[in-house]
Amino acid sequence: MHEYPRYSRTRETRVFAKPLYSWNKGGTSRVDQFLQTLKDAVTIGSLYALIALGYTMVYGILKFINFAHSDVVVLGAWISLLTANKVLQLAGGEHAAPWVGPVVLVVAMLACGAISFTIERLAYKPLRKAPRLNVLITAIGVSLFLQNTGQLSAFFGTSPRSIVPLLGDQAVFSIGLVDVSTVDIVGVGTAVVLMIVLEWLVFHTKLGRAMRAVSYDTRNAALMGVPVDRVISFTFVAGAMLAAAGGFLWALRFVVIKQPADTSWTLLGLKAFVAAVVGGIGNVRGAMLGGLAIGLLEMFGAAYLSSSYKDVYVFGLLIIVLLVRPSGLLGKAIVEKV
Amino acid sequence: MMNSTLLETRETHGGRRTLLGRLAIGLFASLGLGAATLAGMGCDNKDAAKNPAKSASETTPASGGTKLAAESAPGDMILIGHYGSLTGSKATFGKSTDNGIKLAVEEINAAGGVSVAGGPKKKIKLISQDTEGKADQAGTVVTRLITQDKVVALLGEVASGITLAAAPVAQQFGVPMITPSSTNPEVTQKGDMIFRVCFIDPFQGLACAKFVRNDLKFTKVALLVDQASPYSVGLKQEFVKGFTGLGGKIVSEQAYNEGDSDFNAQLARIRESAPEAIFIPGYYTEVSNIAIQARKLGMNLPLVGGDGWDSEDLAKNAGKAIEGCFYSNHYAPDQPTKEITEFVTKYKKNYGGTPDGLAALGYDAANILFDSMTRAKSLKGKDLRDAIAATKGYKAVTGNITIDADRNAVKAAVIVEMKNGVPVYKATVNP
Repeated sequence: MHEYPRYSRTRETRVFAKPLYSWNKGGTSRVDQFLQTLKDAVTIGSLYALIALGYTMVYGILKFINFAHSDVVVLGAWISLLTANKVLQLAGGEHAAPWVGPVVLVVAMLACGAISFTIERLAYKPLRKAPRLNVLITAIGVSLFLQNTGQLSAFFGTSPRSIVPLLGDQAVFSIGLVDVSTVDIVGVGTAVVLMIVLEWLVFHTKLGRAMRAVSYDTRNAALMGVPVDRVISFTFVAGAMLAAAGGFLWALRFVVIKQPADTSWTLLGLKAFVAAVVGGIGNVRGAMLGGLAIGLLEMFGAAYLSSSYKDVYVFGLLIIVLLVRPSGLLGKAIVEKV
Repeated sequence: MMNSTLLETRETHGGRRTLLGRLAIGLFASLGLGAATLAGMGCDNKDAAKNPAKSASETTPASGGTKLAAESAPGDMILIGHYGSLTGSKATFGKSTDNGIKLAVEEINAAGGVSVAGGPKKKIKLISQDTEGKADQAGTVVTRLITQDKVVALLGEVASGITLAAAPVAQQFGVPMITPSSTNPEVTQKGDMIFRVCFIDPFQGLACAKFVRNDLKFTKVALLVDQASPYSVGLKQEFVKGFTGLGGKIVSEQAYNEGDSDFNAQLARIRESAPEAIFIPGYYTEVSNIAIQARKLGMNLPLVGGDGWDSEDLAKNAGKAIEGCFYSNHYAPDQPTKEITEFVTKYKKNYGGTPDGLAALGYDAANILFDSMTRAKSLKGKDLRDAIAATKGYKAVTGNITIDADRNAVKAAVIVEMKNGVPVYKATVNP
């Protein structure tokens, strides 16, 4: 019988090497299934959390939902793809050296930060005093602009493309039948590191205090000497950098990147937005928690209930949260004094 | 929270207009625009008014709805339209089909053109439009081709979901449409103007089932279906019917939506059920991701699919993960028949690269259309339609094509295997 390619087990780098469980003779065990689902949930949840942070920070500061945020994720993914392929082309060889990954990540983050800064200055800043509805519609316009310009042949084109493999994707260790590969560890690790950096930034630095001040009350913060414009720009840039990291990790994980106007990107953005709402929109720790919650719900629902309704669980949770506890898990219900 | 900008007060707007005043201005402006558009369309309306009067007396009322059956365009060229996914996740389908059709058009024009009912030879002009791989674009695109570009016949589409959206439009306007590769049986049931030159899913599903059961000798198969696509759902149903009829067992059925990138949950469940193969009747972009992720989960078993896999991007994106997998197709480029060898050589010379099944079917559909034009009494919808329906034993690249009473083609299917990133002929299944 034909020997099918063993994709991830060519190099025996497993630390706790267990013999390959011959699943042909029977199914996987319940524990295996649970652990596999847990692993998938954590990896996808960390991606959702990274993207949700962008939504939540912008909402906290400016009180508007930045609909163009998911397009920054797409930008990050595509810039990573083009950079990685270009670097490999220049450096030569079949496999990417270990330094290529971090370089691509930094390039993507800087590029997306710069683009987001430009968008903020051009599209959102002139509307600071305008009603919220105007800015919302502008955000939708920016989103459409980014999608359709991205599809031009001068930029990313209209067809899906795949990124060169940046990591060896071997199994690092196994628990039963569940492989934890280098991609998983790097993915979750990067997300966690970035979230720790953000947490430090927002809660333990002067700039972070300025961001929180602007989110409580913009006018009074300005009266207290906080450079509001700069803080807002910085928030956008920080959110965009996280989104770019999310896009890079997506590219790393899923290899085939869809074209910018594909509806799957909108769905990703929506799920991250749901994560932000579930955690409490405007709350940074809430976004991280929300991302994990959405990841767990989606994966466990698909594994134990029905995989056809994978997306339905996420949006169902949104409805329940909005009905039962609109301020989210970590948000505080604020009573507006009229 | 949000100030209502719809009811701006005088202070913010600066003018002295009331809401009612502004509504009135808006109403007059839109009426003015509407009048201008109607005036612009007035020229077209005059031509259309002449044609129905002529064609109504000649055609029978059985051809349905309004008739804008166009005659050949002035300038002595016959206009045909091709609508396909030239961009998007199914882009290789549309581009390959377009290349196949263009090749056929160039050949026929080099020979002088098509002579209709013994008349003078007229050259063919092809107008291609992009559906972006979306069903909701199909109706608009086809309407534009018929009403503005005035094509006499339509070719397209590959994805059955998109063809199903466009077929009622062609039927309503009385323009014959030949789909080169849509395999869902409902497509030709939309009306008597719709034809196809490929086999249908009931046959394809059975062919896959026979191959898996008899050639690969498997009894336990899992399914991974694209629940958003009529092609995928239909093909799965036919496969299940055939496979269980031959004594096989479906151990798991999971679903995804077109556009999904993460299949770990579905594949983990499939792994739990321990199948011998997975049947994935989807389109190539998702299949490449599925193959990669399945291998990562340690599932080293054959994947089997349908003609939705047929694309050079499949191996390009999936790499080694798709080695040794099988799918049913309309032809294999390395089959040793005269027509295939000639076609492959011509295609390579003009476009580089080996033609896939879609290109071959596009070529065949265009040639059958030209052949029918030669046999037709005129280029009007009904006459051209009758000529297409009378196609018998046409020696095409993808086999001998006879259009049956249901307007489908009766042909064999081939099973190809992915070897070194290229589909290689494995077996033939005859109807």
